[in-house]
Amino acid sequence: MDALWMIWTDPNMRWIVAGCMLLGLSSGLIGSYMLLQKRSLIGDALAHAALPGICIAFMLTGVKSTVGFLLGALIAGAIATFGIRWIAAHSRIKQDAAMGIVLSLFFGIGVMLLTRIQHSGDGGQSGLDKFLFGQAASMMREDVYMLAGISSLLLLLCLLLYKPFKLISFDAGFARGLGWPVARLEQLMLLLTVLVVVAGIQAVGVVLMSALLITPAVAARYWTDKLSVMLLLAGIFGACSGFSGTFWSSMVTGLPTGPVTVLSATIVFAVSALLAPQRGWVGKSLRQRRARQQWQQGGTAHE
Amino acid sequence: MKSFTTTHSSDPMSAPQSVDNGKQPQNKLQQHHKLSTNIEDSPLQVQGLTVTYQHQPVVQQVSFSLAEGRLIGLLGPNGAGKSTLLKAILGLIPSLSGQVKVFGKPYESQRRRIGYVPQRESVDWDFPTDALDVVLMGTYGRLGLFRRPGKNERQTALHCLDQVGMADYAGRQISQLSGGQQQRVFLARALAQQADLYLMDEPFAGVDALTEKAIITLLEQMKQQGKTVLVVHHDLSTVQAYFDDVLLLNRQLIAGGAVEHTFTPELLQQTYGGKMAFLQGNDQQGILLAGK
Repeated sequence: MDALWMIWTDPNMRWIVAGCMLLGLSSGLIGSYMLLQKRSLIGDALAHAALPGICIAFMLTGVKSTVGFLLGALIAGAIATFGIRWIAAHSRIKQDAAMGIVLSLFFGIGVMLLTRIQHSGDGGQSGLDKFLFGQAASMMREDVYMLAGISSLLLLLCLLLYKPFKLISFDAGFARGLGWPVARLEQLMLLLTVLVVVAGIQAVGVVLMSALLITPAVAARYWTDKLSVMLLLAGIFGACSGFSGTFWSSMVTGLPTGPVTVLSATIVFAVSALLAPQRGWVGKSLRQRRARQQWQQGGTAHE
Repeated sequence: MKSFTTTHSSDPMSAPQSVDNGKQPQNKLQQHHKLSTNIEDSPLQVQGLTVTYQHQPVVQQVSFSLAEGRLIGLLGPNGAGKSTLLKAILGLIPSLSGQVKVFGKPYESQRRRIGYVPQRESVDWDFPTDALDVVLMGTYGRLGLFRRPGKNERQTALHCLDQVGMADYAGRQISQLSGGQQQRVFLARALAQQADLYLMDEPFAGVDALTEKAIITLLEQMKQQGKTVLVVHHDLSTVQAYFDDVLLLNRQLIAGGAVEHTFTPELLQQTYGGKMAFLQGNDQQGILLAGK
């Protein structure tokens, strides 16, 4: 309780917790669409691709500026998605393999650049390595502003474009037949994903960002058969994971936020997979057992 | 029958791609493509449509025009490009060349008059939604990107579900529907589009006899209402019972016209190549077997 009170009274902590919850909410929302479109790994590829973008932005400007990082990550993300599509379209390599190639290539370049920056002895470089696993405590007020901006934009677009996003996720061909700008809308969804990923890198880190996109969405799917409810739940699960991640990492010194956030999300997932009434494991086995008993009783009654 | 037209490219540059195509019945072909008519207000007029996939032609120089208020079967062996042709007509995949006109106007301006039933396997039925919601998607074209479906749309959707005999399943999660029921939901969605021309990609695939009967009854009703329905079809034994016209496709359009003139052993032989056996049955019609 004392710890909770501390978060509430420490203005700095308050900002950070709010930022992480917004991040969880946004990634849960857009992650649900990515999951339903079978594009879960795109987030992973984008997050890994963002690292060299951030490093190059730092090398060019020499300062840690959120806007610079955002631009760098956006450009790198765009190159990566283009690369993935190009490989998939112009060779026999399937999209998942293309994603694997591009993801590791970009990450490799990113780590190389990161090492170079750290050895350059530049005073401003301290904290850049936090991008690997995330450190929410390093978030500044303007980072939280950016997160709030991105989250509001994402919420607004998801509300406004709920219908087209739903149709594209279910049956993109049908949407194309209606004459809807499917490619544009898909790009918009990708752009939103990139924005969330970039905003989240500082808090959760490049390596684990994709988990925050996928895990809350998968957990939410267990509880409902309605898309709107799934989106809502994924947002809530994400926000809770963000809260719990920042909470525990601020309690224990040196504990990075990313892994704790992801662990929290995974616990939510595990609980969902076990206990969700319709799709959960316990419910399913109970129903199976009951059905078997009924059948057996029915069988003996016949005799 | 007279209003059915097909033209065949006799471009000497485009050599026949398929080895299965016979050489000698060329004059037979010509005969069939001379059915000519007024094609100005045809529900669907396709001119010189060619689609390539990774530089391989999949559909080559296909030209035909449909007559209004008929059921048309699109037949051909596996890999003949039937689905590809449908998708290219709808603009779902890019075509290398060709022109598509719907009711005499460019395709793009007529989208709302076209209903589409994709193959059932083309979507993930574990998507979190129910049957009514899928049917409601048929009204999205009229609603546009932003407007939400309201009471009217829900009524339309319910009515369409009723028409395919699925009214009791409106609230059912779509993954809990059987294959035939899913197919009927897709048909109901197309009905909700309230179109005049329908393109259906194998609506009879993998459904039980009861569903098949329900579907064909529905198609007959649509025809009575003056709608034109082009159906990709596989089961040659039901062609004569179901369709008014047929298009025979094997990369190129082999023939097209009324069933009684086009659904002939020679033309089928030409379409299906050596994979086809024709047995003369006891009745006049004969039994057709298509196999490997």
